[in-house]
Amino acid sequence: MQRKDLLGLYDLSREEIELILNTAQPMKDIIQRDIKKVPTLRGKALVTVFYENSTRTRTSFEIAGKYLSADTVNLGVSTSSVQKGESLRDTIKTLEVMGFDVMIIRHSMSGTPHYIARNTKMSVINAGDGTNEHPTQALLDLFTIREHKGHLDGLKVAIVGDILHSRVARSNIYGLKKFGCEVRVVGPATLLPPGLDRLGVKWYYSLEEALQGVDVINVLRIQRERQQVGFFPSLDEYANLYMLRPEHLHLAKKDVLVLHPGPMNRGVEISSQIADGVQAVINEQVTNGVAVRMAILYLMMGGIRDEIAG
Amino acid sequence: MKLLVKGGRVIDPASGMDQLADVLIQDGKVMGIDRNISIDEGEMLDASGKLVCPGFIDIHVHLREPGFEYKEDIATGTRAAAAGGFATICCMPNTDPVIDNAAVTSFVRERSRKAGVVNVLPIGAVTRRQEGNELAEIAEMVAAGCVAISDDGRPVMRADIMRYALEYSKMFQIPVMSHCEDLHLSKGGQMHEGFFSTIYGLKGIPAEAEEVMVARDLLLAKLTGAHLHLCHVSTAGSIQMIKRAKSEGVHVTCEVTPHHLTLTDEIVGSYDTDTKVNPPLRSQEHLETLWKALKDGTIDCIATDHAPHHFESKDCEYELAASGISGLETAVPVVMSLVHKGILDLKTMVEKMSLGPARVLGLDRGRLEVGAIADLTIIDPEAVRTVDPAKFYSQGKNTPFKGLEYKGWPYATIVAGKIVARDGIIA
Amino acid sequence: MQLRDKHELMDEMGIKRALTRIAHEIIERNKGVENVALVGIQRRGGPLAERIASYIKDIEGVQLPVGILDITLYRDDLTTLSAQPQVHRTLVNFDINDKIIVLVDDVLYTGRTVRAALDALIDLGRPRCIQLAVLIDRGHRELPIKADFVGKNVPTSHQENISVMVREVDGRDGVVIQEIVDS
Repeated sequence: MQRKDLLGLYDLSREEIELILNTAQPMKDIIQRDIKKVPTLRGKALVTVFYENSTRTRTSFEIAGKYLSADTVNLGVSTSSVQKGESLRDTIKTLEVMGFDVMIIRHSMSGTPHYIARNTKMSVINAGDGTNEHPTQALLDLFTIREHKGHLDGLKVAIVGDILHSRVARSNIYGLKKFGCEVRVVGPATLLPPGLDRLGVKWYYSLEEALQGVDVINVLRIQRERQQVGFFPSLDEYANLYMLRPEHLHLAKKDVLVLHPGPMNRGVEISSQIADGVQAVINEQVTNGVAVRMAILYLMMGGIRDEIAG
Repeated sequence: MKLLVKGGRVIDPASGMDQLADVLIQDGKVMGIDRNISIDEGEMLDASGKLVCPGFIDIHVHLREPGFEYKEDIATGTRAAAAGGFATICCMPNTDPVIDNAAVTSFVRERSRKAGVVNVLPIGAVTRRQEGNELAEIAEMVAAGCVAISDDGRPVMRADIMRYALEYSKMFQIPVMSHCEDLHLSKGGQMHEGFFSTIYGLKGIPAEAEEVMVARDLLLAKLTGAHLHLCHVSTAGSIQMIKRAKSEGVHVTCEVTPHHLTLTDEIVGSYDTDTKVNPPLRSQEHLETLWKALKDGTIDCIATDHAPHHFESKDCEYELAASGISGLETAVPVVMSLVHKGILDLKTMVEKMSLGPARVLGLDRGRLEVGAIADLTIIDPEAVRTVDPAKFYSQGKNTPFKGLEYKGWPYATIVAGKIVARDGIIA
Repeated sequence: MQLRDKHELMDEMGIKRALTRIAHEIIERNKGVENVALVGIQRRGGPLAERIASYIKDIEGVQLPVGILDITLYRDDLTTLSAQPQVHRTLVNFDINDKIIVLVDDVLYTGRTVRAALDALIDLGRPRCIQLAVLIDRGHRELPIKADFVGKNVPTSHQENISVMVREVDGRDGVVIQEIVDS
C-alpha cells in the first residue's frame, strides 16, 4: 500500500480495502496457530497513544504488533506529559525522535490524526478520532461480513443508533458504499446527521422499517451522556424504540448477521438474547480485529516506500 | 509637496468616473483629476496599466493592541493594512483592556498616530468589558473618536441590552455593529452544519445560529429606528431578511468577508486549522447568494474581519484551535479573483471596498474627487503572486489562502498624499 | 528490468521426467513413504508438490499429505522492498510434528527462500527432519543450504534468470533460461 498513514475509509479505494481484507485472512490463520508469532516486523517499533479510554482497541493493536514481532509501547495519557500541559506537537516530536515507526492514535477530537500525520515522519494509524472515523473497526466489520457472506457487493446493511456522533457508522458507510451496499441508518431524529441522502444512505426513524430484508444489522453503542445534553429523553425511551430484540430478526433476512463494536450496553441498544444468540458475531469481530490490524501494520510497515502519499 | 499619479485608470464609484486620468495630489489633498497633468517639481508615480481607486477602507479589523501584542499590534497591523491596499481601518474593541471607555479609545488613537501607517478609527464596545450586561460609556467613547460600537466576537445575547444599545446609539448617529450568533445553537460547533460536517465528523454550526440573531436584531432595529450594521454576513437566509428589512425602510447595513465570498466548507476536510473561522465557511449555495447580494446592493461593503493569531493557537487540534483569518494582506487579490471570474464587476468591487464602508460609518472618505483627502489605493490588475504568509507584515500568518496564486494585487497605498506601501512593501 | 528468453531448458515431458525421478528418490531415501509429507512453497512449489505426490501415489499407492507454505512474512528483505508483497494463506492442514517433510520449490538460487521456509515450517511444529526438493538448482548460494533432490543442475550467471512455468499457474509447463537486459 503506497500510503504513509491510514486515517479513514473516506479516501481509501475499494482496491486498497480489498488488499487489507485479503491480507487479514492469512493473519487470522496465524492467530489460530500454536506459535502465534511471525518475525515480519522485527526491529520495528509502534506506539499506541490513546487520549480516550479504550482497552479493547488498544489491546488489539498491541497484540497485533506483538504477533508480528514489532516492539509495542502504550502511552497512557494519564501517565504522560499531556497531564503536565505538553502540547500535542511536542508529544509527537518526542515519540518521533525516540524512533517509533508507527503511531496509533485515539483522540476525542475529529481530525487530530490528520494533524499529527502532517507533522511527523511516523506512519499514523487512526484508532478513532472524535466523531469522524474509526477505520480499523469498519475494516474488521467488513472482514467479518465478507467472511460470512462470501462477498460484500450489494448487501443491505442497517446501522442502528447514534449516527450523528458515531465514527464507526461513518467509516462503515464509506466502506460499504464502495462495495455498492445499500446502507440504511436508523435512530432518533436528533441523532441523524444532515446530508445522508447525498451519501446515498437511506434513513429511518422506525427500527422495524429499517430492518426489512437486511443482510446485516450493525448496532451502535449508545453513549449515556448524550441523554444528558438533550438528544433523547431517557434511556428507557431509547430502548423501547431502538433496542434490538429477537422479534426484530424475522423482519431481516434469515441469515442476518448482527454486529456490535462493543462494549455493549445490554438492555439499552441490544437485548441479551440477541447478543448471545446465533446471529451475533460479536466475539468473531474481536478476533478479526486483531487480524485486520496485523494486516494494516504489515502493509504499512513492511517496506521502505518509494514515495510518501496521502 | 506634490505627487502626480500618472496615466492610471481612475475609478470613482461616487461620481461614476472610470477613465484614464492623472491625479495630482498636494498637501494631502486631491488637487486635480484630468488628462495630461504635468508638474515641474515633486514626485511622480507611474500608474499606467493600473487601477487608481479611492483609498480602501476596512471597517472590521482586530488589531489586538492593547493586551494581545503577541498576536498583532498597531505597528504590524497597520503595515499589513497598507501592504494590503487599505488606507483606513476600524479596529474592534476586544482587546485587553476592552475599548469600553474614553481612555482606551484615546490610547488606541494615540498609538496609531505614533506607530501606525494608515488611518485607524476605533470601534468601542457595546457593553462594559463586552460582557453583555450593561452599556459601556458610549457618549464618551464617541467623543474620544469611536466611529461605531460592537461586541464583536462576543455577541450580545440579551435582547433587552441590544435594544438599549440601538436606542442609545441613535443619539450619536453611529451604527451598532452586530456579530450575529446564537451561542446556544453554535455551542461546540467547528464548521458549517451540512453535508461536509457530517462527512468530516465535526460538530456543525447551523446557518440558523446566525439567522435567528439577524432576525432578532432586524426586529430591534425596526423597533428603535437605529442604525444596525451586521458584521460578516454569511448565509442566504440572512441576506433574504436583510433585503426585506431594507425594502421596509429599516436602517440596516451589512458587510461580507473575502473568505465567505470565495471559500466553502468543503476545504475544512484537510483539518487545516486555518480554515476555522467564525462564522464558519459556508456551502456553495450560500456563496452564490452572497455574490448576488453584493451586486444588487443588499451587501454594503466588504470587510476582512482580520483576525491574526499566534501560531500556537492554530498549531493544534482542530477543536482547540482559535477561530479567525489574517485577512488584510489577501483581501484585494481574493476579491479581484471574483472580478476575473466575472462574478463581480470592477466598479462594484471598488465601491464595496471604499465608498460603501465609508457610507456605513458616515465617513468623509471613499471618494476620489478634487478636494478630497488624498487616500488612494492603486491596484495592478495583472500582477500574479502566490500568497506567502511568511512575507506578511501581519504577525498573524493564519490564512487558508496560503500557497494559492492570485492575479490582481495592490500596487500602491497612498494615505493623505503619502505613499505608504508600494508593491506590497512598506515605504 | 527486462528479460529476454535465451533457450528452453525443459519442456512438459522434461519436467514430468524430473519430477518422476524425484518421486522415486524420495521413496528410496526414506525407505518408503511412511510419515512423509510434502510442503510446496508458494506459488509454484505448490503444484510441483501435488504432482510429486501423485507420482508417489502411482508408485506406492499411498496419498501423501500435501501443504502449501507462504513465506512472505518470513522474508529477510521486507524492509528494502518498495511495495510489500501480497501475503497468501499457508495451508498445511496436517500435523507436521515428527513427520519427514519434503519442502518443494521450483528454483534453488541464493537459498534465502528456503531459509525463510524453514523458519515458517518450524513455527508450525517440530518435524523429525526436513528435506528439500527443487526442480532446478542454478547455483550461487548465499547461505549454507543444499538440496536433497534436484531435477536439473543448471550453471547460470547473475545476468541470467530461470523462469519455471507450471500449467496450474502459468497455463503451460516449461523451464526457460532468460537473459537480464538492462534498459
